[in-house]
Amino acid sequence: MDLFLQNIVNGLQWGSFYALIALGYSMVYSILMLFNFAHGDVFMVGSYIGFGVATALLGLAAATGLPIPGWLILVLTILFSMFLTSFVGMFIERVGYRPLREAPRASAAITGLMIGIILETGNLAILGARRLSFPQLIESTTYQLGGVFVTNKKILIVAVSLGLMYLLHRFIQKSKWGMAMRAMSFDFQAVPLMGISINRIAPLTFAIGSSLAAAAGILYGLAYPVLDPYMGILLGWKAFVAAILGGRGSILGAALAGFLLGFIEIFVAWIFPSTLRDVIAYSIILLILTFRPHGFFGQAHSTQLRL
Amino acid sequence: MQLEIRNLDVSYGRIRALHGLDFSIDKGEIVCIIGANGAGKSTTLRAISRLLPPHRDSTMTFEGHNLLEFQPDKVVSQLGISHVPEGRRLFGNLTVMENMQLAAFARKDREKIKEDTEQVFSIFPRLKERVSQMAGTLSGGEQQMLAVGRAYLSGRRLMLLDDPSMGLAPLLMLSMFEALREINRQGTTILLVEQNARLALKFAQRAYVLENGRLVLEGLSSELLNNPEVQKAYLGG
Repeated sequence: MDLFLQNIVNGLQWGSFYALIALGYSMVYSILMLFNFAHGDVFMVGSYIGFGVATALLGLAAATGLPIPGWLILVLTILFSMFLTSFVGMFIERVGYRPLREAPRASAAITGLMIGIILETGNLAILGARRLSFPQLIESTTYQLGGVFVTNKKILIVAVSLGLMYLLHRFIQKSKWGMAMRAMSFDFQAVPLMGISINRIAPLTFAIGSSLAAAAGILYGLAYPVLDPYMGILLGWKAFVAAILGGRGSILGAALAGFLLGFIEIFVAWIFPSTLRDVIAYSIILLILTFRPHGFFGQAHSTQLRL
Repeated sequence: MQLEIRNLDVSYGRIRALHGLDFSIDKGEIVCIIGANGAGKSTTLRAISRLLPPHRDSTMTFEGHNLLEFQPDKVVSQLGISHVPEGRRLFGNLTVMENMQLAAFARKDREKIKEDTEQVFSIFPRLKERVSQMAGTLSGGEQQMLAVGRAYLSGRRLMLLDDPSMGLAPLLMLSMFEALREINRQGTTILLVEQNARLALKFAQRAYVLENGRLVLEGLSSELLNNPEVQKAYLGG
């Protein structure tokens, strides 16, 4: 029983990364009907930006002798990195996808893959092949609750992830811009008829998705402090699977499926040898998708009208 | 002339949809374009809204502005040309109120928006009863009311209406046209395209007849109603 609860805790943390990244895939898909295949690499870039910001803040604290606590540096790192990474997303939208809006979807998909490769190899060229170690901004403390071990980092990671998801939910449901995004997900061609420019909603969506990926990148760095330029590939693809599993374009579905994916992986690794983890975990997901090809909350889009 | 269209050519790929349309509308007029299915009626409205690019030699001017220099969203938000599209295109996942708020998205004049929203409710009291209902669950008549209400909020110098009578019961049709007449009385120019030619000709002051992408006839509605050719082709003899 303790081991079961322990795995629930571990699954929550592991699922947080998938959920945060999957949201970015889903948001972009819901408004533009394209998957941004560079998104996993945006997560990587976000993690590196987080590294840079944290290092700079630590340096600043050391140089000025100000006793800035680690948690404050972490909060500032998350906020500032989310802000900076949102520009990466907007840049990708402007340069990569906007010119292809009328082009076949396959062109956009290929473009996404190429942008991803550019981000990976660009990083390699600039920073070199050596792996970076993410600064540990807060001391790790372990609490024992019954027979379950919980670290303060795990709590932080899950809490920040859920908090961001809640904020996203509020934004989409309550704000004027969120309303426009919902409208666009229903019928993006009718949006300009309301006097709203798609070229404002699309970058906003990329910005939000990218900033969530950056948050995931920093939280990931806290839990697994080794950064390398290819860290976003596997994680990105798995988060993409979560987005599909949740139902293409469904925000709630992406978040839930992200956590589900985390649980499945952790529990499979608990029962089976860990080398078989992904084989078994993704066979299960394949099976689910066989019976629910549109995922949990997805709809077939074939009935959508064309303007 | 408020709207002046010269030599409007539009193609879908290699298929020519409009062949050199020339027409113009004065401020405050109600003008209709009638024609059969596929004659190019919707295409004409979509070209004015800049949803479709015309050929190079076409010119469209609205109140002295070259329409071709405007993106579709700016046609609405800067020039005040609203478009009630074919099929209404409501955001079915949004409430009635949200649909209306979205229509005023680009506007900054908060007080006036409030006033206009009240005005929409006074023209279509049914919408007020349905404010928090999802637009997708409205009846056909209510959907058309919301589509026109949205247009009223998004731009009111010129309203383009694509088949507003489509799918409405006869009584609803009449009250819809009554509402449009009221909107026109308040100063909005109206250009509508209609399959229901009789209704359109009774409503509009002037009319054009579109056949296979060409304007073949124009005149006062009353004249066209009595024109034997129009009667034979569009008014069921």
